[in-house]
Amino acid sequence: MKFGVVIFPGSNCDHDTFFALRDVLHQETAFLWHKDHDLHGVDCVVLPGGFSYGDYLRSGAIARFSPLMQEVREFAERGGLILGICNGFQVLLELGLLPGAMLRNKNLKFLCQYVHLRVENADTRFTRRVPRGRILRIPIAHFDGNYFAPPETLREIEAQSQVVFRYVDEKGEATPAANVNGSAAGIAGLVNKRGNVLGMMPHPERASESLLGSQDGRLIFESLVHK
Amino acid sequence: MIDPKLLSEHNLTAEEYERIVSLIGREPNITELGIFSLMWSEHCSYKSSKAYLKKLPTKGKRVIQGPGENAGIIDIGGGLAVVFKIESHNHPSFIEPLQGAATGVGGILRDIFTMGARPIALLDSLRFGPLDNPRNRAIMDGVVAGISSYGNSIGVPTVGGEVYFHDIYSKNPLVNVFCLGLVEKEKIFYAKAEGVGNPVLYVGSKTGRDGIHGATMASAEFGKETEKKRPNVQVGDPFKEKLLLEACLEVMEKGLIVGIQDMGAAGLTCSTVEMPAKSGTGISINLDVVPQREEGMTPYEIMLSESQERMLLVARKENVAEVKKVFAKWDLDAVDIGEVTAGRNLRVSFRGETVVDVPVDAVVNLCPVYCRPSRKPANLRSLQKLVLPPPAEDLGSVLLRIIASPTIADKEWVFRQYDHMVQTNTVLLPGADAAVLRIKGQKRALAMTLDGNALYCYLDPRAGGVIAVAEACRNLACVGARPIGVTNCLNFGNPEKPEIMWQFKKTIEGIAEACRSFDIPVTGGNVSFYNDTEGLSIHPTPVLGIVGLVEDADRIIGPGFRREGDAVVLLGENREELGASEYLRIAHGLEKGRPPGIDLEREKAVQEVSIEAIGRGLVRSAHDLSEGGLAVCVSEACIIDRPGTGCVIDLEDDIRPDALLFGEAQSRILLSISVDLLPELLGLAAKRGVPARVIGQTGGKEMVIRQSGREVVRLTLHRLFEAWKNSLPEALSIR
Repeated sequence: MKFGVVIFPGSNCDHDTFFALRDVLHQETAFLWHKDHDLHGVDCVVLPGGFSYGDYLRSGAIARFSPLMQEVREFAERGGLILGICNGFQVLLELGLLPGAMLRNKNLKFLCQYVHLRVENADTRFTRRVPRGRILRIPIAHFDGNYFAPPETLREIEAQSQVVFRYVDEKGEATPAANVNGSAAGIAGLVNKRGNVLGMMPHPERASESLLGSQDGRLIFESLVHK
Repeated sequence: MIDPKLLSEHNLTAEEYERIVSLIGREPNITELGIFSLMWSEHCSYKSSKAYLKKLPTKGKRVIQGPGENAGIIDIGGGLAVVFKIESHNHPSFIEPLQGAATGVGGILRDIFTMGARPIALLDSLRFGPLDNPRNRAIMDGVVAGISSYGNSIGVPTVGGEVYFHDIYSKNPLVNVFCLGLVEKEKIFYAKAEGVGNPVLYVGSKTGRDGIHGATMASAEFGKETEKKRPNVQVGDPFKEKLLLEACLEVMEKGLIVGIQDMGAAGLTCSTVEMPAKSGTGISINLDVVPQREEGMTPYEIMLSESQERMLLVARKENVAEVKKVFAKWDLDAVDIGEVTAGRNLRVSFRGETVVDVPVDAVVNLCPVYCRPSRKPANLRSLQKLVLPPPAEDLGSVLLRIIASPTIADKEWVFRQYDHMVQTNTVLLPGADAAVLRIKGQKRALAMTLDGNALYCYLDPRAGGVIAVAEACRNLACVGARPIGVTNCLNFGNPEKPEIMWQFKKTIEGIAEACRSFDIPVTGGNVSFYNDTEGLSIHPTPVLGIVGLVEDADRIIGPGFRREGDAVVLLGENREELGASEYLRIAHGLEKGRPPGIDLEREKAVQEVSIEAIGRGLVRSAHDLSEGGLAVCVSEACIIDRPGTGCVIDLEDDIRPDALLFGEAQSRILLSISVDLLPELLGLAAKRGVPARVIGQTGGKEMVIRQSGREVVRLTLHRLFEAWKNSLPEALSIR
């Protein structure tokens, strides 16, 4: 399995994600430069966290126009695997590869903390190695993670089982307090209808080694790696 | 043309002006006057502190770079070095909290990556006035948002620090930012302008009229018209800085440049005089080609601007094209604005005329050095005299008050606004005794902490200086780290007041004594004088940033109890010392007495036991006793991890119960350990002559403390947790 981690000029989790894939999971991994038109033949494109082009405008709003995103869009249409983490999720929304948009967190502050996630759909290319009923503990770090979509869209994505992760408490209950950023229906991660594009606000690359406090994020990368 | 009014606007004395005239052999023009006034400001020249700073030990076998560069450098072995420094951004943060704090972060980051190091950690020491005042809440809200917006965006984790509250900071908050970077020893860069004929390149943001006189502003007291100084504060652009960081590290990595310096305080002036001064050369630049954001800027304005996110590079002639290519890759322009010259002057031309021609040595090295008069404050004796009030009746409710006081309460409201995990090295989350970062590819880890107790320094500056160092090292010892280097930020009032100078002198003596005893070099730092508003000076507030090494990252532990049935062990001795304590301040409204005594030999032995115990994997938690004493330390150990672990503590000390619970006697560490490993731990302590005894056992959902069989505190973990956790969010949510 060959991974490609995209570098926008303001990406700041690019090296973290690269490290998790290459050094922790021992996968062949390449960097993909935003100005290029070359995906280097990768099997999975990862859009990492950060502030793509500064994000002084809406998060990810400029990134969708970057040269490489043309290839990424075509790659998605061909059924290629794409994982967008945090800012990467925001970019996927701006690209229109996933439905909805991000608002500021409900408390209007940046939030960096561990959250608990319930896996709502364990039958995706991104979650099939997650043991049934397992509540994942993975950190978030964002200002704009308050997922929004109009009611009809929400109905549709729920009906199609597109919600992959939902914010819950440590017991797995979807409480208002556990939904720290105020996302619609507590949505933390979303897959497209075809099932090849996942966007998630939590950072699996920050939860891939026991030394750092959690290995739950590895399950997502391992799901991708194991056929 | 240059009259007393103009001199006073430039914060220069008549004597200093005469010195300038004699150094350059003529009257300076207005631009030259501006240049001297900036470089001879307290902020840039250290003219009042230099004589005293010499007392600090700066040598050691690990030292690669001591004071005098952008940051200090310490060898950590394995071909790696750490580059670190602390800087204040107090005045700008008072005037415009968000941008003031944000640009403080931007400035210290540039100091670190200028030396070739990738910044891997930020810590902040923040001091605010009480939160019942809406202005103080707004300042705190803005400062935290500023640090958060800058650090998060550029992708350097803010992993720790401290937040203190005291009325003395209401009109003079302190924002001290520490940054640490990692560099391969062979790839360190310095701020030098070598090689006559080498081109001088300007990169980064365009120059505007912002921040003119920033360094001069930071070197004067504030009056009532402080708000008018808002245009002196710059606006930060972390995205631009991220581009600069990546591009600069890339040209350094490729060996394309000779020297590099950031344009921080004193902007273009500072970099164009300091770089040649270090390498015995001169620089000549042409202002017409300096990228400008505004029209009609004068040479004075261009030279004095403190616009953010700018760097000056000296490249090898043959590499210029390659350097420009790297910057273009990161969408930045590198503009050729001049060259290194053989003469030892800074020569600046503007529209065909020479507008500056001054010897760089005069500007950089020949500023007068002052040994300002010092005098012990007249009221100190009466402040140190303490008549102890009788102990409070219900010590449990006093404990709840102390633990809910903003200085001691949980700081999650602050830390969760900072991305403290980016770069995936953070082993201990903020709130632990020290921040710990793993070094990728190595077994070892780096620990770092900021510490300083201003009340101690106010009541006895020398003791306060000693304790600041000792306690910072103790923080490190609680995560199993040995200290390797120190940086400090010395925040004081107006040095022209003899009492302030006395506090400064004594504090440095204390810091120097403790650093020598611990055998750790001071590699640099920052002095921030003139922390006075409307004539009121802050308490002397030294902030010590100490970096340590942990041998085995897998052995690192936190402060919280981990398991029921473990033994709770106290290293060190309880003593009846209540002077300068948080307890007296909170429960009795007293800021009096002397700070606790300290024996540095004992202190080091206690720390060594903790480091060894952690290194051998004996103990499950370690927590330092500091503000709030034993009761606060035990409470935190119970509740810091969720859902928490209670304990029963039995003490036999024959001292006042309030002193036992809340006294701040030094050289104490609280450990928890599996009972079967106790003999080994007690053996370790005995070998080093450190008092160590089992004072209780973990377990249950309550914290109980008894003195000679009599119960003095019994509280549920729930109550303790609620008091500790909710205090700051509640105080800050009032609108």
